[in-house]
Amino acid sequence: MPSDRNLADQKRTDRSPTDQSPTDQSPTDQSKLDQGKSDQGQPDPKWTDQRIETLLANLLRAGVLFSALIVLIGGAIYLLRHGRAPVDFRVFRGEPADLRSIHGVIRDVSAMHSRGTIQLGLLLLIATPVARVAFSIFGFAAERDRMYVVFTLTVFCVLLYSLLGSA
Amino acid sequence: MTVLEFSLLVCVSSLIAGLVGALTGLGGGVVLVPLLSLFFKVDIRYAIGASLVSVIATSSGAAAAYVREGFSNIRIGMFLEIATTVGALLGASLATHVSTHAIAIVFGVVLMFSAFFARKPRTPAQRGLPPDPLATRLHLNGCFPDVEGVRTYNVQHVPVGWGLMFGAGALSGLLGIGSGAMKVLAMDQAMKIPFKVSTTTSNFMIGVTAAASAGIYLHRGYIDPGLAMPVMLGVLAGSLIGARILIKANTKWLRLGFSLVIVLLAAEMLYNGLSGRI
Repeated sequence: MPSDRNLADQKRTDRSPTDQSPTDQSPTDQSKLDQGKSDQGQPDPKWTDQRIETLLANLLRAGVLFSALIVLIGGAIYLLRHGRAPVDFRVFRGEPADLRSIHGVIRDVSAMHSRGTIQLGLLLLIATPVARVAFSIFGFAAERDRMYVVFTLTVFCVLLYSLLGSA
Repeated sequence: MTVLEFSLLVCVSSLIAGLVGALTGLGGGVVLVPLLSLFFKVDIRYAIGASLVSVIATSSGAAAAYVREGFSNIRIGMFLEIATTVGALLGASLATHVSTHAIAIVFGVVLMFSAFFARKPRTPAQRGLPPDPLATRLHLNGCFPDVEGVRTYNVQHVPVGWGLMFGAGALSGLLGIGSGAMKVLAMDQAMKIPFKVSTTTSNFMIGVTAAASAGIYLHRGYIDPGLAMPVMLGVLAGSLIGARILIKANTKWLRLGFSLVIVLLAAEMLYNGLSGRI
């Protein structure tokens, strides 16, 4: 869409004058630039915040639409097979073991189980924000923004710890 | 009720939940948990599992549009996610040692007050703040496409905001829900970030916080595919519609809507805390 492109460009050009207009800010920016030149080399000019944002947006969209497609396929099979059965979520029974782990879900999908297929779509949905954080690490690294590489790595490690530590 | 009827009804309700979640930056859980548990008589644990799925769906669905259009500030998001994820870990480990009823009640009261302050738009004098040196060093200041043109903003009180985000993470770890509200309030009220940037950046962040606890809920068997399927599809459709509305919406109405939802959330917290459901 051309309108998005214009806005994004405007945003980029807008950011630099604002960052530099107040007097107490320019030295910080300048020193950061100098530092970037001296010990890290020039950042790849192709990598800007704008490019990272566009790629992040596309990654999120692709992840969420792909997982929705899998859930939709599983859901259609589920409704065809069990659509007329009475519904009961009043009592908590907990999910069977195969729907609680990644291995179990994959086994279910290969056996064409509808509930397992939905669960696979949900796992992909859960993986989308994790992939978004992982991608941001590479994005900031390509921008030579060391500070944000460290921030993002920290978030990624905590995320992995809580995901893997619990499951 | 048959599975088909149930799925269709839940899907339509989830569409509304996704719409509200994307517009307020809170995710769909605020609307979904009471709706599923009180109206559809779903066990609270299944409702929480479905709500977690709905938060990730709202977050990722709407964030694609918000990030592309330049509303969400990904640097603010990444910087504050350190606080929320570490806070969530701490909260989850404390959950067995502290009284969550009491925390839910205190949180409910705090939210009631917050709704009162958050409903008023800021005056132009309150907007044109000078840049804060720490925010500048962290590259947090930015701009976004406001209704009347591109508007720049300077982030304030970074340490207070970070501390509140840590609290938001700890609360979400302790109570399971409600972190989006604290995120929006910390960015809007403490860090003086424009409202649309606060809600869309919160929306960008909540997916990560929810994903961090998804492992626990999946393992405990809270995520039921039969329930999560209509919830996810409905919420996703709602969040995509909500993202289109927010881009053009007047901040005054968004603030008012946000405050109303916060009052609802506060009532929910007080009810859950007093009845001992949390």
